[in-house]
Amino acid sequence: MDASVPEIRISQPQLQPEPEPSPTGHGAPTGAAQEPSAIRTFLLSRGNSAFADGVFHALMVLCALSIFVIVALIAYQLVDKSQLSWAQLGIKFFYTAVKDPVTGQPRYWDPVNGNFSALPFVYGTLVSSFLALLLAVPLAVGVAIFLTEMCPGFLRAPLAFLTELLAAIPSIIYGLWALFVLVPLLRHYVNPVLVKGLGWTGLFDDTNPTGLGFFASAVILAIMILPIISSLTREVMTAVPYSQREAVLALGATRWEMIRMGVLRNARIGIVGAIILGLGRALGETMAVLMVIGNTPEIHKSLLATGTSMASVIANEFAEAINDLHRSALVEIGLALFVVTIIVNAIAQLLVWAVTRGTPSQAH
Amino acid sequence: MSTAAFQLRSKIRAVTDHAVTGLAILATILVILPLAVIFAELVYKGASSLDWNFFTKIPAPEGETGGGMANAIVGSAVLLGLASLIGVPIGIGSGVYLAEFGRGTKFANAVRFTADVLNGVPSIVMGLAAYALIVAPHISFLPFLGHFSAFSGGIALGIMMIPTVCRSTEEMLLMVPHVVREAALGLGVPNWRSVLSITVKTASPGIITGCMLAFARVAGETAPLLFTALGNQFWSTSLNEPIAALPLQIYIYANSPYEDQHRMAWAGALVLIVLIVLAVSLVRYVTSRGVLKGAS
Repeated sequence: MDASVPEIRISQPQLQPEPEPSPTGHGAPTGAAQEPSAIRTFLLSRGNSAFADGVFHALMVLCALSIFVIVALIAYQLVDKSQLSWAQLGIKFFYTAVKDPVTGQPRYWDPVNGNFSALPFVYGTLVSSFLALLLAVPLAVGVAIFLTEMCPGFLRAPLAFLTELLAAIPSIIYGLWALFVLVPLLRHYVNPVLVKGLGWTGLFDDTNPTGLGFFASAVILAIMILPIISSLTREVMTAVPYSQREAVLALGATRWEMIRMGVLRNARIGIVGAIILGLGRALGETMAVLMVIGNTPEIHKSLLATGTSMASVIANEFAEAINDLHRSALVEIGLALFVVTIIVNAIAQLLVWAVTRGTPSQAH
Repeated sequence: MSTAAFQLRSKIRAVTDHAVTGLAILATILVILPLAVIFAELVYKGASSLDWNFFTKIPAPEGETGGGMANAIVGSAVLLGLASLIGVPIGIGSGVYLAEFGRGTKFANAVRFTADVLNGVPSIVMGLAAYALIVAPHISFLPFLGHFSAFSGGIALGIMMIPTVCRSTEEMLLMVPHVVREAALGLGVPNWRSVLSITVKTASPGIITGCMLAFARVAGETAPLLFTALGNQFWSTSLNEPIAALPLQIYIYANSPYEDQHRMAWAGALVLIVLIVLAVSLVRYVTSRGVLKGAS
């Protein structure tokens, strides 16, 4: 820049066109000084930052893209590695089983003799997950109602922290606790009562004395998915505007009527979303279920019987798969799990977004 | 409506109200109860088995008493270090993209959605994918492929960290007021420098919180390690070997028939949970002090 420029600027500072539009060109006029100020010299010496900005932008885009790539790679690998099973067993592998010609009993899963049917795994996953939802949802909604609407202020933060701590416990520790504490408890005290009281339904019989099985895994799953359901329910309940509550109260409603009509009704879509998200968690849960479900590839009507689940059979058998078809069939089960959890999570996210959209999200 | 019927009705309403309050309190107690029981059990059974050997010795051979989990603790540290090397930069980078460059664009929404999908992928499926990607293929010029290794376990865990880090980074950056960015740009600071030294730095306590949460989450993961890191009863000397991890060792010991190994499993669980609770409490402490108090 010429030394004469500042002199012209003094007379007509507004009319001078800016010499360059880049950010470095916006420096303040140097005033009457003959020499450019130290700041100006420094800024000029740095040159154009467009290149560095471009590189930085590209790097960040690359990071964001890598998330796509990872999900695509996971999907590709699962499809690729289950080719053999798709070709030989197909989709009907999930809902049919070959009948034994002699006994007439279905043969489900016997990799040594080449029998593959994922039916008991699908059954075990569905039974334990839905039973877990049945146990967890009333409790989770109850906790959320208590924490948002009833709890005295000084208890709210510590209780919320404790329920969230439940989410931070790793599933292996839940499994350990379930195996050594919960299962004996169920075996000695809960299961006999269930058999006596509800045995007539046919859902509870005492053929399995170990305490392991669908019911034990449902109880531990319920404890594990409680925090996610209750914290999301809390989030959508807080998103309901206060005017709704005040309007219902102004009509003379009791607190429960206010919660039922003013809060739960408005938040119901989000609560369903939270429940579905909990279901997604339960479907994919591996270690805790693996440790208490018993791992027998059978289908029993009794909830106290042992069984197995999709995730736990993968964990149990994949490392020691006896042949390629066995390995491939396990990957196919994994692929089914992947697709189902994606669908379940997508539905749940959409439902939760539909309610909380527009309100700042709460701390998780 | 007669007065008597009206009074009965309002009595029923009042009773229902009290009953529901009681049920909600009962539900809360029922939820807190397992937490208290699990912690009591962990401390009671775990602390009695913790000794100096636990932290300095490797597992004893089958059936023998004594030994420790030193290799599993170090192995977990190695795996988590590798996972953080992968998960934290990619997570923060994509979070920065979502908050600073891609606000409101379709691409950013797609990234956000994909991150949520990745977050929901069951950990066992992540293990299968990592096995298929890293353990199964044999390519001669890439020596870290083709066998169970610390690498593969670290990568599986690292991928699981990405969505948590990404979303919390984005959330924290969105809390940084625009004035701060404008001030930086107004001083002639290039955009990349403004993002790194001003925006990310302002939000850094929150971003660190997100990283710690992701770290705590993968610290206890077992399923993705079953067919990647595999576990090891001895010290691993290379990242290309199977490596022990605390959750894996707990799993192995829990399934063993020996009472002594059950005690070790409880001790391992106690160590694991103490680490995780420390991380989560630290996060809670930092966030409760107001991450961006000065800025917002």
